[in-house]
Amino acid sequence: MTEQVTAFVRHTPLPPSPPPASQTGMVKWLRENLFSSVFNAILTVLALYFIYKILAGFIPWMMNGVWNTSSIAECYAVLNGKRGGCFSVLTERWHQLIFGFKYPSDQYWRPSLSFILLLISVAPVLFSKLPRKMLLITAIYPFLAYWLIWGGTVIVPLIGLLGFVGGFKVFQAMAQQKFAVGFFAATFAALLIWYLGSYLSAPLSNFIALEAVPSRDMGGFMLNIILGTVCVSLSVPLGILLALGRQSDLPVIRVICVVFIEFIRGVPLITLLFVANVVLAYFLPPGTNFDLILRVIIMITLFSAAYIAEVIRGGLAALPTGQYEAAGSLGLDYAQSMRLIILPQALKISIPGIVNVAVGLFKDTTLVSIISMFDLVGMIRGPILASTEWNGIYWELLGFAAVLFFIVCYGISQYSQWLERQLATDHR
Amino acid sequence: MSLSAQADMSEFRLSMLINDKRYRSYTFQFLALMVLICLMAFLGWNLMQNLAAAGLNISYSFLGEPAGYDINQRLIEYNSQSTHWRASVVGVLNTLLVAVLGCLMATLFGVIAGVLRLSNNWIVAKIMAVYVEIFRNIPVLIWILIINALFLAALPQPRAFRGDNPEATMLFDAFAFTGRGIYMPKPVMYEGGWIVVAAFILSLIAIFVYRRYARKTLFDHGVVLPVLWPSLAILFVPTLAMFFLLGSPIGLEYPALKGFNFKGGIWARGSLLSLWFALSIYTGAFIAENVRAGIQAVSKGQSEAAASLGLRPGRIMNLVILPQALRVIIPPLISNYLNLTKNSSLAIAVGYMDITGTLGGITLNQTGRAIETILLLMAFYLTISLGISAIMNVYNNSIKLKGR
Repeated sequence: MTEQVTAFVRHTPLPPSPPPASQTGMVKWLRENLFSSVFNAILTVLALYFIYKILAGFIPWMMNGVWNTSSIAECYAVLNGKRGGCFSVLTERWHQLIFGFKYPSDQYWRPSLSFILLLISVAPVLFSKLPRKMLLITAIYPFLAYWLIWGGTVIVPLIGLLGFVGGFKVFQAMAQQKFAVGFFAATFAALLIWYLGSYLSAPLSNFIALEAVPSRDMGGFMLNIILGTVCVSLSVPLGILLALGRQSDLPVIRVICVVFIEFIRGVPLITLLFVANVVLAYFLPPGTNFDLILRVIIMITLFSAAYIAEVIRGGLAALPTGQYEAAGSLGLDYAQSMRLIILPQALKISIPGIVNVAVGLFKDTTLVSIISMFDLVGMIRGPILASTEWNGIYWELLGFAAVLFFIVCYGISQYSQWLERQLATDHR
Repeated sequence: MSLSAQADMSEFRLSMLINDKRYRSYTFQFLALMVLICLMAFLGWNLMQNLAAAGLNISYSFLGEPAGYDINQRLIEYNSQSTHWRASVVGVLNTLLVAVLGCLMATLFGVIAGVLRLSNNWIVAKIMAVYVEIFRNIPVLIWILIINALFLAALPQPRAFRGDNPEATMLFDAFAFTGRGIYMPKPVMYEGGWIVVAAFILSLIAIFVYRRYARKTLFDHGVVLPVLWPSLAILFVPTLAMFFLLGSPIGLEYPALKGFNFKGGIWARGSLLSLWFALSIYTGAFIAENVRAGIQAVSKGQSEAAASLGLRPGRIMNLVILPQALRVIIPPLISNYLNLTKNSSLAIAVGYMDITGTLGGITLNQTGRAIETILLLMAFYLTISLGISAIMNVYNNSIKLKGR
């Protein structure tokens, strides 16, 4: 008895059913990331409440902000009891916050121009993809910026530049035989040019001259940027020398470097600034009169050089010994092996650390306000808060300073992380 | 060998000082030493000339003279008739006070933020990331000023506590949070009070010994002794027993509102609080990054291996993860402590009288002894830094991986 059974065969696949609602989209994400356990749920609620409290305080303050009054009394009159920020202090004192209160107001274009040029001239250093010819701008920039910001005749920075160019040419010619010979000859040539040039600059003091601005008139955020860039760029070469000295086989040189580095790292920057302010003058030849900004630049440079030296020492120590031995076995002498083999690799490793030190240094430039220089913080604590118009405005001013520093420092640290990814040549 | 060496010695020429590798290093070192000595002599000569011209000398006798200024926040007896030396000691103690308190609180902030930044709760992790970035990228001086202004604005003045229906009330009738600082109860010792304190310290030592013993038993015999409850028992039972047996020999003096201000109790000044809080929350952001890096440095395989051995999560943390993570965390942690101590010199910005404020500030201005005071100031900070680095080196050597 056979029965004909018609087998049912489905010819088309079933359409896939959607995943359960709890396993997809927003719900799943919320469940995994915000409410995975009771404890996590409590944390989430607390965090949301915290954010709400901050926004509830902050948004009305921003929204009701007053931007165009000329004193705190007027601002309160406009606010009329509402919660709001008197941001008009920023617009009214904008130039003071950025340039300080003594820089001649018809010359503001000079620091502004040098700031834009700074961005252009730093670009080829930061981004290696840009044409290398742009490094020429970078080389000229320090002299140009000096002329723009401090003013005076163009002869002085020109002679400075000439000295470096002459020294470099001599070095190129002489370094074929020996590094040391080239180095000393170049130094001599540069000094000679500067010495001869000093006779030239006095009689020609009106040759293509901008209005001269003395150092003590620098202030505001401009002063922070000047101190930051000058000190970082001077302290990197000094830091390299110190790091090499600390790694050296020569005990005397090593001890000198170790004592210097440990001494500087052991004391707070503020004591070094006190030294620049009141003590350094005692150690200079009688009659010399360095201005404060130069003394501060010297001390901050020494300070950050010690920190950079430690970073580079880390980079040097991270190189395998094989690199040193390979350089030696090629017959390179100390200067050549350092210049061609060791330093390029060690510096590459230490770039993130150097950038960290640079960010720290830039933040530390606010400390000059304590020795009564009028940088951004000094301007806020001094002339602006002391003025009758704006006495009592803390949040807007300090918040503004915080935002400015945050933008610069966060930008630099993001750049450093990007660079770290670019430089990672090991494939992991 | 010896022959050729002798031959070399006999053929010594002056040019070998530059060209021969054996002698060149001595030449360089000699030159460096000469340059250094000349520089020192130059600076010293200038110093003598300048001091002579100004009619000054180097002398520390000013330290014995009356200071003539007041310091409101102080840990030891001091008045305006005390010497400059005493003022400096007050400053040193104030620096150490804010540094120690700051390190403790910064560790707390840092550990919490570092652990929460790795949390699987998205919003909490993001908040912690924002905290770290905001505090790391804004100068500490600005933070100190902001937090000082925050304390002044957010907390009520003492007069707000007055009247029948005051705007502000004291917490537990013991703590008053005001814009001038925090008033809190002060322990007062009666007869026998020190015995209770001694008992407490002894029980702390006993807990430490017991925990070591429990650990040793675990490693030697594989027997797990309970730790938590015995520790708590040792901590509380003897001290409380002593306290009640001796008839409550330690009392509390509560702050009370007298006139326009609070009297009695301990008054922690607003400057100390804002500096303390600002330094610890700023340094906490750096410590958070160290803690995160330390935890991430322990590979996942370690915890998985421990779990596959049957260890419970608490034990995995205590016995496997933490010992390895701490090895990564501790060295940068110590250098952050040092940074905090050095940053405490910014106390001058909020008027907290630390060593930089007393010795490097008012004493310097009053006596005009710039070189002496700044040398003393640097010597103080150097001693702390070098001392802590020395301890750290010993510690690093004791925990570093022992190669076998």
